[in-house]
Amino acid sequence: MYGTDVTGTRLMMALGFSLFLVFLAAWQWAPGVMGIPPFIIPPLSKVWGEFLHMLEHEHLLWHTAVTAMQVLVGFLLGILLGIVCGFVLGMSPTAEFVLSPYILALQIAPKVAFAPLFVIWFGYSVTPKILVAVLIVFFPVMINVLSAVRAVDPDIVRLARAFTASRLQVFWKIQFPASLPPMFAGLRIAATLAVIGVLVGELVGGNTGLGYLLTFGEGAGNTAMVFVTIIMLTIVGLALYGVIVLIEGRVLHWMPSRHHPGI
Amino acid sequence: MATVRLEFRNVTKRFRSRGKKADGVTAVENLDIRVHDGEVVSLIGPSGCGKSTLLNMASGLDPATEGTVFVDGEAVTKPNSHVAFMLQKDLLLPWRTIRENVELGVEILGMPQSERARIARELLLKCRLGDFVDHYPHQLSGGMRQRAALARTLAVDPAVLLMDEPFSALDAQTKMVLQQDLGRTLAETGKTALFVTHDLVEAIALSDRILVMSRRPGRIIEEIPVDIPNRAVPLERRKNPKVGPIVARLMELLHIDEAEA
Repeated sequence: MYGTDVTGTRLMMALGFSLFLVFLAAWQWAPGVMGIPPFIIPPLSKVWGEFLHMLEHEHLLWHTAVTAMQVLVGFLLGILLGIVCGFVLGMSPTAEFVLSPYILALQIAPKVAFAPLFVIWFGYSVTPKILVAVLIVFFPVMINVLSAVRAVDPDIVRLARAFTASRLQVFWKIQFPASLPPMFAGLRIAATLAVIGVLVGELVGGNTGLGYLLTFGEGAGNTAMVFVTIIMLTIVGLALYGVIVLIEGRVLHWMPSRHHPGI
Repeated sequence: MATVRLEFRNVTKRFRSRGKKADGVTAVENLDIRVHDGEVVSLIGPSGCGKSTLLNMASGLDPATEGTVFVDGEAVTKPNSHVAFMLQKDLLLPWRTIRENVELGVEILGMPQSERARIARELLLKCRLGDFVDHYPHQLSGGMRQRAALARTLAVDPAVLLMDEPFSALDAQTKMVLQQDLGRTLAETGKTALFVTHDLVEAIALSDRILVMSRRPGRIIEEIPVDIPNRAVPLERRKNPKVGPIVARLMELLHIDEAEA
């Protein structure tokens, strides 16, 4: 059974790789065949050329690093805040009752709409970008942690208390580990949202980061540059997501059905 | 007579009904129960007669409204390490291995790592889970999980075991096997236990005495000594001809023929 599993995986990987080659080929030649002009969809070779050009003349790596740094800082601050608030609200019904209207309002408000406000407050610095990321990352993490704490079987808590556990012990031995799986689900969502938050911040104002290159490319009518920037943004997001999945695999190794690859 | 391990002295428990300040619901009233050292006593009664309330009071999670519960002569006011309970749900933590689950109680009590690992291994062997020490709960069957829960309960070496329908979620055959395990383990360790159940034969097979409770407010309406040998071997006890008459008496006391399902 193990053997067939391995060949099955090989076959799937081969299929995946072929599909990728087909995709690249289509990108290169399909627009020309279909008569789509390069300023609508630049072929692969043109985008690659633009990538090399941007590496040399547009500080592409530096802009990517700036965006990545903001994404990382915004993500870390946002999830930290989300985790802490999730636990506090989850364990204190009073706090949740008092704060829930504000939380609901903030949750419904489109977070990216705060970007111009933050730019007014903090100018064209890294701060507004990070703040948008923090705001947008905060909610999925907080909500997931909150509902996870709420979902802990009260009988498990009673069991621990009957074993004379203190509140702190109940938290570290029961509530915290119990909320890890939903927390990681929240972190995955947060990883993708963090990039959006920073990008919107950069689009609104500033002269650094991939968002800046994006508007620059748009203004110059350089479609290939826009393509390159979108790909770089995706790579930043993928890197963060990958790290989260990696950590999740380590931390939640005890979960059943964790041993198949996938998103 | 052996020493009294667990005692309910004139215990009443009332729950405040929501909103109204008026007396609320009386779960149990004027209860006097004594469980002696090494004795296994079953509590049986209609649903909602306050059996589980009794166990909560004994574990110190939920104080009595009137009267006092004593364990080893000490009044129970808060959770303490002299009692340990086991429920219908195994309540194993999915992120801990079976051994780590068994260690939960002693870990909370602050026992050093090496010693609690030794105790856990020993108990898991005794509960026939020696090959599953490092497995996770989801890899075990329901019966095995409940045996692990029993090992966890025994790990804190409690003076009194409180069991609230521990086998009611298991299928009939697994249940008999676990009753057998429990009967043997209780006899080997000489533990004292208060056992809540709905299963009449289970009560007879496992215990020295059966206390029958009335409908709410719960009172003890009859005490039936189980005068059958072999308490350590419930499977043998089940076959004893004396079981039938006791079941009949219990059915009569619980008005099972008139009960609405």
